[in-house]
Amino acid sequence: MPKVTFLRPNGDDIAVDVGDGTSIMQAAVAHGVTEIVAECGGTLACATCHVYVAEEHLDHLPPISNDEQEMLDFTAAPRETGSRLSCQLPLGPELDGIVVRCPETQY
Amino acid sequence: MGSSTVIVVGAGQAGCQVASSLREEGFTGRIVLVGAEAHLPYQRPPLSKGHLTGKTSRDALWLRPESWFGEQGIEVRTSTRAKHLDTDGRRVLLQDGEALEYDDLVLATGARNRLLRLEGAGLEGVLSLRTLDEADEVKVRLEQAARVVVVGGGFIGMEVAATAVQLGKNATVVEVADQLMGRVLSSHTAAFLLQAHRARGLDVELTTTVSRIVGVAGRVAAVDTTDGRRLPADLVLVGVGASPNVELAEQAGLEVDNGIVVDELLRTSAPHVYAVGDCVCAPNPFAGGTRVRLESVQNATAQGRRLAATLTGRPEPFSSVPWFWSDQADIKLQIAGLTTGHTEVAVRGDVSSERFSVYCFSQGRLLGVESVNRPADHMAARRLLSGSTSLSPQDVRRDDFDIKRASTAGSTPAAP
Ligand SMILES: Cc1cc2nc3c(=O)[nH]c(=O)nc-3n(C[C@H](O)[C@H](O)[C@H](O)COP(=O)(O)OP(=O)(O)OC[C@H]3O[C@@H](n4cnc5c(N)ncnc54)[C@H](O)[C@@H]3O)c2cc1C
Ligand code: FES
Repeated sequence: MPKVTFLRPNGDDIAVDVGDGTSIMQAAVAHGVTEIVAECGGTLACATCHVYVAEEHLDHLPPISNDEQEMLDFTAAPRETGSRLSCQLPLGPELDGIVVRCPETQY
Repeated sequence: MGSSTVIVVGAGQAGCQVASSLREEGFTGRIVLVGAEAHLPYQRPPLSKGHLTGKTSRDALWLRPESWFGEQGIEVRTSTRAKHLDTDGRRVLLQDGEALEYDDLVLATGARNRLLRLEGAGLEGVLSLRTLDEADEVKVRLEQAARVVVVGGGFIGMEVAATAVQLGKNATVVEVADQLMGRVLSSHTAAFLLQAHRARGLDVELTTTVSRIVGVAGRVAAVDTTDGRRLPADLVLVGVGASPNVELAEQAGLEVDNGIVVDELLRTSAPHVYAVGDCVCAPNPFAGGTRVRLESVQNATAQGRRLAATLTGRPEPFSSVPWFWSDQADIKLQIAGLTTGHTEVAVRGDVSSERFSVYCFSQGRLLGVESVNRPADHMAARRLLSGSTSLSPQDVRRDDFDIKRASTAGSTPAAP
């Protein structure tokens, strides 16, 4: 079971284990990490599931689709190098131990 | 604030958001979320989409994990209907006989599906889709069905019909109007959807109504149309719109007019009673300040957040840009703004490759943008509509028009 750690603006960081194939967004919602709003439920329609992925994991992420790429320009918090929409990041063995930072705001 | 009590009636998308946002805003008083359904708050959108195909697991439907409510000190009463509201005594009576006293009361009772009043509407296999329990039944019956008839070509009906086709079913949509999703979509986008769904194998009968539903041994067998045809069916899904749940509000004497009437701060006509979500008719700056009732996740969550801010002493009269999405098989439709009443459209993108946006204008003013498989256009449209930039149909038609640039420019370049 891959582990994902959420660094939260309030300092209440949390590490959770989830099943293979669960997206980082789903992991957040299922564990009450409400900084990940995910208004569209993961259908790439809202950009309210924005996270900053820590540098060392970037190489292991699935590639950014064109739509995600363009939507990342419209996140509420500024886009940075590690910016991704977490509904597009299914967890698997290669992402075990991934650390993501939640932005201050999603809307 | 620490000793005050907020009771929220309706544990859906809007009610859950109010409770959640109250805690985020630092509210330390008592919060009780009273819900008629047996479930903790969940998302409805997947019910007509991924839930039916199995793509969205049941676990992914919950808006919050069960433990979260306890951690946040939010009392949830599931399977409990609020029966009576006494605004003078500031009490709400629950179906189990308990009376809860409140300092502030929030009505978040949502909407319910309209019923077909037709011969055969009560047959086994004639279903409606709003709740998780109903969705479970639709899912099971859809798996077994060979022929599906959907009554009503609105969003929910079209999503279910498109899913049925994806699952290899023979599916027909019967719609009384002369276009799909008539009330809310431009004729341009509606015509595209008609052609796109037909190309995917869906039968759509416009300007057609159902005269009766025919059963055999209590089970649905066919649908008769007013133009004299009989469409065989082993599953009929009725999607003919929804009406707001206003009984409690009416009983308490609150003003009701196509939903519970509220002002900019989501206050009803009774002191200390507020309302949010599908059950509400609220003034909306994106409708020129007139009152509208919206049925969308965005409306439910945005109103929920605004109300929590107001209840914690930070009144927030400004609504955010309304937006909506509908996934119909592989077609992602998104709407930014409120396009009702538009008189002119400008289209950008490639309709034949199913990636385009329709800009809807009234008297030269942009009301909203409908996007098909262009989520980035949609995001840009939302940003554009939230700002002061004005955009004319001519701007949009210019060769070098780029919505992203327009949305970040702050103002559009003057016409050459
Ligand atoms: C199948 C389906 C698909 C949808 N797809 C989309 C989509 O793709 N995009 C989108 O933006 N929106 C979509 N919507 C709309 C969206 O789900 C609603 O707008 C949203 O759920 C509204 O939230 P709400 O809290 O106002 O109402 P609801 O979520 O309906 O919650 C209201 C709750 O109040 C309860 N209740 C009512 N009366 C009482 C009472 N007296 N006592 C106690 N409880 C009571 C009800 O049982 C219900 O659980 C969809 C809706 C459905 C049904
Ligand atoms: S959850 Fe909406 S885009 Fe990720």
